[in-house]
Amino acid sequence: MGAAWLLRRLLASVAIIFAVVTFVFILIHVAPGRPCPETVERAVCEELKRQFGLDRPLPEQYWRYLVALAHGNMGNSYANGRPVRAAIAGTIPFTLQLAGAALVLDFLLGLGLGIYQAVRVNRIPDVVLGNVTLFIYSLPTFWLALLLLLAFGEKLRWFPVGGASDPVLCPVVHSLFCVADRLWHTVLPAATLGLVGAAGTARFQRAAMLEVARQDYVRTARAKGLPERRVVLRHQLRNALLSFVTRFGLAFPFLLTGAVLIETIFAWPGMGRLAFDAILLRDYPVVTGTALIASVVVVAGNLLADILVGLADPRLRVRAPTDVEVVTA
Amino acid sequence: MTIPGAPVLLRVRNLKTYFVTEHGKGTAQAVDDVSFDLYPGETLGIVGESGCGKTVTSLSILRLVPEPPGHVLPGSLIEFEGRNLLALPAPELRAVRGNQIAMIFQEPMTSLNPVFTVGDQIAEAAIIHQHLSRSAARARAIEMLRLVGIPDPDERVDHYPHQLSGGMRQRVMIAMALVCHPKVLIADEPTTALDVTIQAQILELLDRLQHELGMSVLLITHDLGVVAGHADRVVVMYAGRVVETAPTDALFERPTHPYTEGLLAAVPRIDAPRTRLHAIPGQVPAATAWPPGCRFHPRCPYAWDKCVAQEPPLLEVGDEAGHTARCWLVTEPERKVSKR
Repeated sequence: MGAAWLLRRLLASVAIIFAVVTFVFILIHVAPGRPCPETVERAVCEELKRQFGLDRPLPEQYWRYLVALAHGNMGNSYANGRPVRAAIAGTIPFTLQLAGAALVLDFLLGLGLGIYQAVRVNRIPDVVLGNVTLFIYSLPTFWLALLLLLAFGEKLRWFPVGGASDPVLCPVVHSLFCVADRLWHTVLPAATLGLVGAAGTARFQRAAMLEVARQDYVRTARAKGLPERRVVLRHQLRNALLSFVTRFGLAFPFLLTGAVLIETIFAWPGMGRLAFDAILLRDYPVVTGTALIASVVVVAGNLLADILVGLADPRLRVRAPTDVEVVTA
Repeated sequence: MTIPGAPVLLRVRNLKTYFVTEHGKGTAQAVDDVSFDLYPGETLGIVGESGCGKTVTSLSILRLVPEPPGHVLPGSLIEFEGRNLLALPAPELRAVRGNQIAMIFQEPMTSLNPVFTVGDQIAEAAIIHQHLSRSAARARAIEMLRLVGIPDPDERVDHYPHQLSGGMRQRVMIAMALVCHPKVLIADEPTTALDVTIQAQILELLDRLQHELGMSVLLITHDLGVVAGHADRVVVMYAGRVVETAPTDALFERPTHPYTEGLLAAVPRIDAPRTRLHAIPGQVPAATAWPPGCRFHPRCPYAWDKCVAQEPPLLEVGDEAGHTARCWLVTEPERKVSKR
């Protein structure tokens, strides 16, 4: 891992993002449905099409989009004329808040359960938790969301059923009460995303811990007379976390795709819902724009994970000196 | 260098370590009624081919056999300085592990943790057992690296295992095992994974450290050549059982059990005329179904009906002190006529 490696990865990342944008651009244009609903008069429609440049051939539209993008302009929404950049920027804090809360729940709960199960492997708690996590992991996210909404929002009325804040009391965050209000609104959507994620993380972490438990160096640690806690939490966990860091990179796409459904169900004003609404309206610039940002996040997440693994694993961080005697196995 | 009349340091009696096999259908009797003594300052070799139970024996001493599937049967005794290690509560057992009895393993490649520096790993036992401060433990780690003959110990202490060669890693393993000056060192095939010149260096190092630190060594190996140069006494194991015990010289001069004889004949000799190397026919039977009678009889060139019907006990050979063999030939030497 050096500068050359990083440069190669960055170039590859740009290529991937470019490919995603192209693909989404083509896909949304060939999909059935038009930005102009059939209820609108034909003449008005033609005029709008001309205004947005939709009457041009597709390659030309694509070229114009790319040129504008190169200038940092993501176009304007067909639905309300707002610049796409501003629309997305307005949703990002909400998506970050939701994804962040979900990620914390995912990792804390998932890691904890996975480690606990590995220590109690094949005993009753492990078997029970193994089945529970498999069950939750198998649930469709949206279905779990509806279930939680029904139970805790509708029946028990412990949490709000939608939105990111109380529209009357806290349209903007202006007091500590509103911070609490925001958090209160985050609980159900974050719990949905976090629980499904945690179930996957727990299964992953359990397997990673058991894989490491079979290694000779864990036996060495025991032979040294270390307390079991130290064997597991230092020698075993430290190695198991190396593979977990990779999972950290994979969590981004999961959270983003999950967010599209969850944000829609919970009327959460994030990027996922923006994308969803834009797809329904055939608001091409917004669809392409959100896909662009999402692909940047996913690619960046993977790059970050690779860099973190490189920093965490001494075998990648520290190169073996070439002057030592030849390794004999 | 056994001290005559010295009390036994480590006494193993009737050790039985069994494993429940995959589907719970059978029991592998990996170690089946093994007894031996280790005296202060001596090197005891345990020899046998793969699958004879020597590694499981060594792991059983520190209760490192993974449980399940393995378990040490009640009635087994592993007595160290008057205490039965098999009955010790976990904290007391941990105070023995790495402190009084230490162990090195076959694979120096995989036995060191890849994410910690060798210094950290050597210092760890000293911090746990002797409550040294981090800096004192680090100084001790450097001292240990010097003791095991690693050049530039001040620099090497911060290296990770992957930065060292195989021989160096085994030296690090030895440094790690000896950091608390244990009374017993269990060396399980310490040189098997190394090439021959490095092997000799490691064995010489072990000899030197044994004299300097005055510890006992339990040397587990499949290599009779290793035993010849480095052990005072030898225990030969076959199919989970001890089949012969003897002082090293006596074993090489008068091997009594046909299995020992076969092992010796299989060692290539530089001074012998060039003939085909001898091999013991067949292989160690499965530990789930040991043969009835003498467990070696299916492979033995001398076996007769009695060997099939009845397993011999460990019988005293002649009037040599400490030479025993589990073979009916001891009582009926006239039967020693090869059928092959």
